[in-house]
Amino acid sequence: MRKNWEHYSHTADMGIRGYGASMEEAFAAAAVAMVAINVDPEKIQQEQKVKITCSEQDRELLFIAWLSNLLYEMATRKMFFSKFEVEIKDGKLTGCAWGEKMDLKKHKPVVEIKGISYSDLKVTQENGKWTAQCIVDI
Amino acid sequence: MKNLKKRSGYQWFIEPSEKMRVPFIIFGDDDIIKNLDEKVYEQGTNVASLPGIVKASFAMPDAHWGYGFPIGGVAAFDPDKGGVISAGGVGFDISCGVRTILTGLKEDQIESVKDRLADELARHIPAGVGSTGRLNLSKDKIDEMLAGGVKWAVERGYGTQKDLQRTEENGIASGAVPAYVSDKAKERQKEEVGTLGSGNHYLEVQKVIEIFDAEIANAYNVTLGDIVVTIHCGSRGLGHQVATDYMPRMLEAAKEAGIELPERDLACAPINSSVGKQYYGAMRAGINCAIANRQVLTHLVREAFDKVLPQADLKLLYDVSHNTCKVEEHKVDGKSMKLYIHRKGATRAFGPGHPALPQDLRDAGQPVLIGGTMGTFSYILAGMEESEDLCFSSCSHGAGRAMSRTQATKKWSGREVVKSLAQKGIIIKSASMKGIAEEAPGAYKDVVSVADATEKAHLAKRVAKLAPLICVKG
Repeated sequence: MRKNWEHYSHTADMGIRGYGASMEEAFAAAAVAMVAINVDPEKIQQEQKVKITCSEQDRELLFIAWLSNLLYEMATRKMFFSKFEVEIKDGKLTGCAWGEKMDLKKHKPVVEIKGISYSDLKVTQENGKWTAQCIVDI
Repeated sequence: MKNLKKRSGYQWFIEPSEKMRVPFIIFGDDDIIKNLDEKVYEQGTNVASLPGIVKASFAMPDAHWGYGFPIGGVAAFDPDKGGVISAGGVGFDISCGVRTILTGLKEDQIESVKDRLADELARHIPAGVGSTGRLNLSKDKIDEMLAGGVKWAVERGYGTQKDLQRTEENGIASGAVPAYVSDKAKERQKEEVGTLGSGNHYLEVQKVIEIFDAEIANAYNVTLGDIVVTIHCGSRGLGHQVATDYMPRMLEAAKEAGIELPERDLACAPINSSVGKQYYGAMRAGINCAIANRQVLTHLVREAFDKVLPQADLKLLYDVSHNTCKVEEHKVDGKSMKLYIHRKGATRAFGPGHPALPQDLRDAGQPVLIGGTMGTFSYILAGMEESEDLCFSSCSHGAGRAMSRTQATKKWSGREVVKSLAQKGIIIKSASMKGIAEEAPGAYKDVVSVADATEKAHLAKRVAKLAPLICVKG
């Protein structure tokens, strides 16, 4: 499958961007981009499923809430995720993340993400392609 | 930048226009200004448009592109004039800061045990992603820590009374309200007290290689050839979560108050609003979390030194926080005012005689610590009287990045960085080689010119220059 996410440069931190045929797909792809700042997603087994819900009327703030909730789950469960599914209806997001417990030797994590900033925050659709992006604080 | 005008050798400004309520003032030499990211001007002038801002929106010589506020941004707000408090103006890593500890040792005393000391420090200091501290705190205990700061840590045996006086605000941020910190934030901190974190956070053993001001150095008990330890880290998961929790609430509050935000990262609320007051209480608790964290780390450093160099006597020189909002009294047009001073990647720098300084440091002025990178230098400076009038007693906080993490990893490998630093006699201990490449010394601006411009702009005076010997990276 063609890679549907990327990182882009920011002097102090890192930009993440996800693409998809729907807003949901773009949100899921951007989540992989976020994880990939810290660990190689291909090293993460999809052993355990975690459910995430959040709501915001503004789709860009919903994107922030989604990623912030994922960060929280990873930090408190000491897990890394590599596969995501998202459903959005009337400003309510129901998502699933699959991953495994953090294993420092296996995953070789690089850097913690402090927070999801509102800088360069965009959730847009153009010619049927959705993009979700923002800069994360490292 | 076309509207930028030079006021003096080291001070530049943009006059208010359109929505700006006050000027934007930036400190730096010609080179710093020439190489400055355009985003700093955009963000600095945006801050100047916020309600209740007093005097000017400022940027320090190490300014670079941030979120909402530039990194190196300083702004004061008057609560009686509709002034705001901004979660974006403090940042995600609330009270991220630096402390330097004197050891009473000279380089020749550590030379033969340097490797062992590096190993022992790396073993004692939980660093890097997923590391956990020795303490595992229940929610009640977290609340006590959030109310007590360094005092909480000292009462539990993680330091001395003297450590309290050598931390800003005597080791306790007043106005902390643990109840305004979410359970989610507390949950994140349960196992993270006494951990270093990752990214640009570090613990360094350093050598004093140059003294600029012998009199102040003497007051700080710093002499040429001394070995010191410097810790750079913040409020860990708790602080990050407090910012995450309050950003959307502040967007709402700003909307309700009719505040037009030039960008959402400037999310803020009137100081006197309910969200403003709650954020203040939570953020102040975040400061206590950060300073308690650095205190527990100091205890671990003392333990590590005890094992290798029991003759060392580790005394805290000073602890500064550089992502904060503090209520301070400042003179504006000859009138004393109580203002909410935001410093985002900027250090408080009280000059000589300031009543908030402990008696034994009062004549010399507040120690200010500017962190460098693994391969370069750090500085001890002293607050200057002039900076009160210039920018509410504030100054630079570090080198600031010049290159993105992506660029850095393309340019260097972690192994190369470790090898070239080893040739200079610097031992690096890190859990992540990629992390080292991202933090390569070459990815940062020249700290020497930052420290130089800080002094020439009369923000803080250089006292001593430090070079790294051992670096534990997160």
